[in-house]
Amino acid sequence: MAAELPGYREALAELLYQLADDDFIVAYRGSEWLGLAPHIEEDVAFSSISQDTMGHAAIFYKLLEELGEGNLDDLAHGRPARDRKNAILLELANGTGTYLNEPRYDWAFAVVRHYFYTVAKRIKMASLMRSSYIPLAEAAARVNVELYYHQLHWKTWFTQLMGAGGEAGQRMEAAMAKVFAGFGDVLSQGSRETEFTHHGLIQGSKEITEQWIEGMAPVFSQLGASLPSEFGISENSGRNGDHTQDLEDALSILSEVYRFDPAAGW
Amino acid sequence: MTAVDANKPQDSVLKETILKALHSVMDPEIPTVSIIDLGMLHDVQISGSKVQISLIPTFLGCPALDIIRANTEKSLEEISCLTEIDVHFVYSEIWTTDRITESGRISLKEFGIAPPPRQLEAGGWEVDCPFCGSPYTTLDNIFGPTACRSILYCRSCKNPFEAMKPVSTLM
Repeated sequence: MAAELPGYREALAELLYQLADDDFIVAYRGSEWLGLAPHIEEDVAFSSISQDTMGHAAIFYKLLEELGEGNLDDLAHGRPARDRKNAILLELANGTGTYLNEPRYDWAFAVVRHYFYTVAKRIKMASLMRSSYIPLAEAAARVNVELYYHQLHWKTWFTQLMGAGGEAGQRMEAAMAKVFAGFGDVLSQGSRETEFTHHGLIQGSKEITEQWIEGMAPVFSQLGASLPSEFGISENSGRNGDHTQDLEDALSILSEVYRFDPAAGW
Repeated sequence: MTAVDANKPQDSVLKETILKALHSVMDPEIPTVSIIDLGMLHDVQISGSKVQISLIPTFLGCPALDIIRANTEKSLEEISCLTEIDVHFVYSEIWTTDRITESGRISLKEFGIAPPPRQLEAGGWEVDCPFCGSPYTTLDNIFGPTACRSILYCRSCKNPFEAMKPVSTLM
C-alpha cells in the first residue's frame, strides 16, 4: 500500500498543511468583509463563500487529524504563524484599518486575490481527485463541486470591474500588480514538491501553473489584458513557514476565543 | 444502502424502527424536511444491538452538520434495544440535489423553498415560484442565507423566495 512507502506519510502531511492553511486564512480574510462589501447581496455571497471555504479547511485538517497530527481544532487554532504553510499572499490584510476601526479595505484586491486563488484551487482539486491517497481524492471531489459557484462569482466581478474602465480599471491594475507579485507562492508547493509528485499525491507546480495560464488566457484575452510571463516569488515563502505580521495579527484575533478555553466544546 | 441480511427477521424489524426514527430527524434550518428526504443517509449497519449510521454532508461548511449528528443520535437513543449508536459523516460520496426525494421536494415547497431544478439546462435553470407557481422568476443571488440555498424573485406575485441551489457532479 502506498501509505506504507518510506516518506509517504510525511509528504502527505506537508501537502495537507498547505491546503488546509491556505483555505483557513483566505476564508478568514473573506469573513472580515462581512458588513463592508459593496452591497448587501455581496455580503450574503462573500460570507457564504467564506463559510464554504472554512469547511474546506476543516476537511483538510480532519485528514491531518486522521494521520495522527493532532486534534482538528488545535491544528486550526493552536499553531503559531511559523508553523503555518499558507502562501503569504493569502494572509495579507484586506487594506488599512481593522474590521472595527476605520476599515479602508481594497475591493479590487479582494476580487483579484479571491478569483486567482479560486482558479488555482480548482486546478489543484482536479489534480487531487486522481491522488494516490484516496481519502484526499474523495475530499477534493467534494470541494470541487462547491467551487463551481465560487469561481463563477469571482469571474463575474473580475470581468465587470476590468471592463468598467476609469477608476475601477486603475484599481484593478494596481490590485493585479500586487497579486501577481506574490502569486508564485500560491502556485508553489515548497521544498517537498518532488516528494509530492514522486508519491503521486498531486501534479507538480509547473503543471498546475501551466493549467492556470491556459485557463486564464481566454479571460484575459477577451478583456484585452495580458498575463505576465512569470509570477513573482520572493525569497520568503509561506510554504517554508515565512510569514508577515499580518498573519500574526490575524491569528491573534481569529483564535482568541479558542485560546481562552481550548478544552471547551464548540 | 447496504442490505441487511434478510435471513434475520429481527434485524429487518429493527432496521424499520431505525429508519422510522431517522425520518423524524429534520434539517434544523428547514424543519419540514427530514435528513432522509434530503438524501443525506448513506448507510445503516446493524450488528446485534449495535448500529452504525453514515450520513453524507450537504455542504462541507454547513454549520448544521453537528446539530444533525446530535439529533440523529438522540432519535436513536429512544430505541431501547440499541446498546451502541455510532453516527458519522462520510466523504466518499458526493451529495447532489438529485438525492432529494419526491416527498422532500413537496416539503421544501410547503416551507416556501423552491425544489432544485431536475436538470440543468445550458445557460441557466428555470425555477417556479413556490407561492404562485409562475415560471416568471429571476435569480437575485446564487448565494443565500444558507450554503444550500439561493435567493430569487417572482415577477408575477412580486415575492422574493428561496430555491435549493442546484448541485451536480457535472459542474
